[in-house]
Amino acid sequence: MQTHQFDAIIVGAGGAGLMAALYASKGGANVAVVSKLYPTRSHTGTAQGGIGAALGNHEPDNPLWHAYDTVKGGDYLADQNAAKVLAENAIDAVIELEHMGLPFDRTPEGRISQRRFGGHTSNFGEKPVRRACHAADRTGHMILQTLYQQCIKNEVQFFDEYHVVDVLMNQGACVGVVAVQLGTGELHVFHGKATLFATGGWGKVWRVTSNAHSLTGDGAAITFRRGVPLEDMEFFQFHPTGIYKMGILITEGVRGEGGVLINRHGERFMEKYAPRIKDLASRDVVSRAIYLEVRDGNGIQGKDYVYLDVRPETVNRYLAEAGETRRVTGEEIEKKLPDILDFCRVYLGVDPVKEPMPIQPTAHYAMGGIPTNVDAEVVIDENWTVLPGMYAAGECACVSCHGANRLGTNSLVDLVVFGRRGGMKIAEYVKQADLIPLPANPTAEIEAEFKRIRGSKGKSKPGELRGIMQKVMMDGVGVFREGPNIQKAIDTICELRERYQNDLSLDDQGYKFNTDLMETWELGCLLDLAQVTAKSALARTESRGAHSREDFPQRDDVNWLVHSLAFPKMTSPYQQGTLEIDLNLNKKVDLSLAETDPRFAPKERVY
Amino acid sequence: MDVTFRIRRLNPEIPGKDKPYWQEFKLSDVEPTDRVLEMLHRIKWEQDGTLAFRRSCAHGVCGSDAMRINGVNRLACKVLVKDLGAKIQVEPILGLPVLKDLIVDMEPFFAHYRQVMPFFVNDTPLPADGRERLQSAEDRELFDDTTKCILCACCTTACPSFWANGSYVGPAAIVQAHRFIFDSRDQAAADRLDILAEPNGVWRCRTIFNCTPACPREIEITKAIGEVKLAIMRGSPEGIIQVREVKHEG
Repeated sequence: MQTHQFDAIIVGAGGAGLMAALYASKGGANVAVVSKLYPTRSHTGTAQGGIGAALGNHEPDNPLWHAYDTVKGGDYLADQNAAKVLAENAIDAVIELEHMGLPFDRTPEGRISQRRFGGHTSNFGEKPVRRACHAADRTGHMILQTLYQQCIKNEVQFFDEYHVVDVLMNQGACVGVVAVQLGTGELHVFHGKATLFATGGWGKVWRVTSNAHSLTGDGAAITFRRGVPLEDMEFFQFHPTGIYKMGILITEGVRGEGGVLINRHGERFMEKYAPRIKDLASRDVVSRAIYLEVRDGNGIQGKDYVYLDVRPETVNRYLAEAGETRRVTGEEIEKKLPDILDFCRVYLGVDPVKEPMPIQPTAHYAMGGIPTNVDAEVVIDENWTVLPGMYAAGECACVSCHGANRLGTNSLVDLVVFGRRGGMKIAEYVKQADLIPLPANPTAEIEAEFKRIRGSKGKSKPGELRGIMQKVMMDGVGVFREGPNIQKAIDTICELRERYQNDLSLDDQGYKFNTDLMETWELGCLLDLAQVTAKSALARTESRGAHSREDFPQRDDVNWLVHSLAFPKMTSPYQQGTLEIDLNLNKKVDLSLAETDPRFAPKERVY
Repeated sequence: MDVTFRIRRLNPEIPGKDKPYWQEFKLSDVEPTDRVLEMLHRIKWEQDGTLAFRRSCAHGVCGSDAMRINGVNRLACKVLVKDLGAKIQVEPILGLPVLKDLIVDMEPFFAHYRQVMPFFVNDTPLPADGRERLQSAEDRELFDDTTKCILCACCTTACPSFWANGSYVGPAAIVQAHRFIFDSRDQAAADRLDILAEPNGVWRCRTIFNCTPACPREIEITKAIGEVKLAIMRGSPEGIIQVREVKHEG
C-alpha cells in the first residue's frame, strides 16, 4: 500500500473535477486529480447542445429569467438560492471558458453564438430564448478538452486510471480516499485536508440510457456507505430523445434548431401537451408525452418509439406556420449538428436530413446525489450541517439547483459554476485547516471486500445480475411509476443484493487491469443506488418533475415541498445482509426568491 | 447471424499466457447492426470475464476503445458487424506496449500530446467590458476540423513513421497543435512551430495518409499536418488555410 499526501484530492476528471482542480491549484493548494478514466474519456465530453448563460448575444436576456426557468423546470423543488447562484455565475463562467480558449461558435459580430433549448425562455416564460452557448453539437467535448488543457498548463497532478473505491473518515471529517491502481491492482491511500467528489451519475442503473459504461455512481455509493446521506434520489431524468433501442443521446439542440416530434399519424403531438412552447417544453414533460403517445398506440408502427424530424422541409413548414421568417437548409443542419448526423448514419443507417430519426426516452441525468451547499461543501442533514473536508460537485452532487427536473444545458452550467466555487472554497479551507491523521488500517475494509469478490465461487455472473436490475428499474422506476411496481423493483434489488453477497461468479482472479473485478465492484454501487432510488420513489406520494406516480398524479405542495434525505443503517460499509435505509423528509425547499418576488412562488407548471 | 471473433490476447500474470496469442470465440444471435464493442461485452459477460479492454461512452466520443479491427484502426463502439462480416479479428493498436489483452500503455501517447503545448495561450489584457474575446466566424472556421480530436490514438498508432520511431510526436499531437496554431486568438503559434520543426516533429511525417482514414472523427489529419509544415516553412500560419464561406444567421 502506498500513501500520497496532498492538500486537496479531486475524485473524477470530468468538467466539475477539472474546474475544481484548476481553481484549487490557482488558489495555492497542492492538488491531485484521481480518476478511473483518462480525463478526456469523462462523460462531460458527450454533452452536445450547449451551456446556458444569459449573455444576450442575440436578443435581450437576464439571469433572473434563467433562474426562473430553472426553478420552474425543476417543478419548484429547486433550492431557489442555488438556482440564482447558478444563473448569475453562469455568465462569468462561460466568459471565462472563452478566455481559456474554448472555441465557441460565433455570431456575425464575433460574439459567442447561442441557440434555443428546452425550457429556456425570456421574460418569465413568455417565449423561447437563445441562451445555449454552443460549439457545434460538441459543446461538452470542447469544455472537457479546454479544462484538461488548462490543467496541463497549470501542471495539475493527475493519477489516471486510479479507481477510487472508499472514502476515509476520521474525527468527524473526511481525510481522503482509497484507490485501486488499475494497472497493478495495488491499493493507494490519498490523504488530504479536502476531498471533492466529481464522479458523475449512475445511468447504468437503467436498461436504456445515454450514459457511459463507466457511469456507475461510485462516488455517491461510497460516501453513502460511510454515512453521508443521498438527497432527492427519486428524481432521475429521462431525456426524451435517445436513439431507439440504443439510448444514445440526440441533443435537444435538434429541437432548438426547429426539429419536431412526430407520431405515426404524422402529427406534431407536442402541440397537445405544451401549446405554448411545444417541442421545447422541459424534458420530463416531453418524455411523458412520448410514453403517452406510445400507450395510445400512436408510436411508429404501433411500437414504443416516435420520430424526431429535422428535415429542412419539415422545419421550414412549421417555421412558416409559426410566422417566423427564419428558414433552414440541409447544409446548415449538417454544419450545426454534425455529430448527431454521424450517429444516425453510423448506428441507424438513417440520414436525418432526408429521413426522420426513431427515438425513445433514455435514462440520462441524476438530479439527486450527495447534498451540498452552494460552495460544494457536503451537508449531512436538514440543518445544512457541513461535513468538514468533504466536497462534491457536478452530477454526483445535489445542490439542489435542478430540483425535480434539470433543464437542458444546465448540467454544463452546474459543472463549471459549482466546480469553480468548490475549488475556490477548498483553496481557502486548506490554508487554515489542519491535516487530520488517517484512521487506523485505512484499507482494511475495502481490502476484505475485494478479497471476497475476487475469490467468489458462486454461480451468478455479474452481467446477469446487472441485466436484471436494469430491466426491473426501467419497468418499475422509469418515466411513470406506481407503488406496486416500485415495490417489486425493491424486492428484486434485495434478491440481487443477496446473490451479489453470496453467489457471485468471477473469472478473473488477477490484479493487473482486472476489469472483471472492477465491473463487479461497480455493480455493487449500482445496486445500492438503485435501492435508494426506488425507496425514495416509493416514499414520495406525489408527482413532481421527473418523478411521476400514476397512483399519485398530482403535485402536492402542502406536504412535499421537501427534499428527501436517504441514510444507510449500517455499521460498516460492506455489511452483509439487507441494506436498510432511513428516509428523512424534513429538509425544506429554499423559496427565498419567492419571498420577495411572487413570480417565483410555486404554481401550476404549463408550457 | 453467427460470428467468430479472433482476439489477440495477453495476460502478464499467467504463465503461458504472458506472450501474445490468438483465441477464438463464437457468438450466435448477432444482429448485423450490433457494434463490435457490444460483442466484446457479450464475450466478456457470457463466456470469459478475463477479457480486458477499455471502453466508456460506447458511441464514438470518449476515445477509449481504439483497436485494430480486421487490420484497420477503429473504435470498437463505432464499427458495426455488418461492415465486417462473420469473421472479425481484434488486436490492440500497434506501436504502444501491450499491457493486457486489448489494453495498451497510453502514457507515451499522452507524453507526446503534452510536448506540443496543447493549451490556449494569450496573455494580453482581457476585454475591458468583461466579455468574450471577439473572433469572426471565418477565423473560427479555420481550425474547426482539428477541434474534433478525441485523443483516441487511432491515427498515431496507424502511422508507419510512428511504428518505426516512437519518439516521433505523431499525428494526434500535431492535430492538437494545429487546433491552437490556427486559432486567431492564440499567441503561442511560433513556439509550437519551433517544437514541431525539431527532428521528432512534423518532418517525420512522410505523407503516407494512414492517419486520415483511421480517424473516427473524420478529421483531415494529413492535410492538417501539411498545413503545419507549410506554416513552419513560411514562418507563420497566416493565409495558409483558405476560408470557406460562412453563412451568417440573423
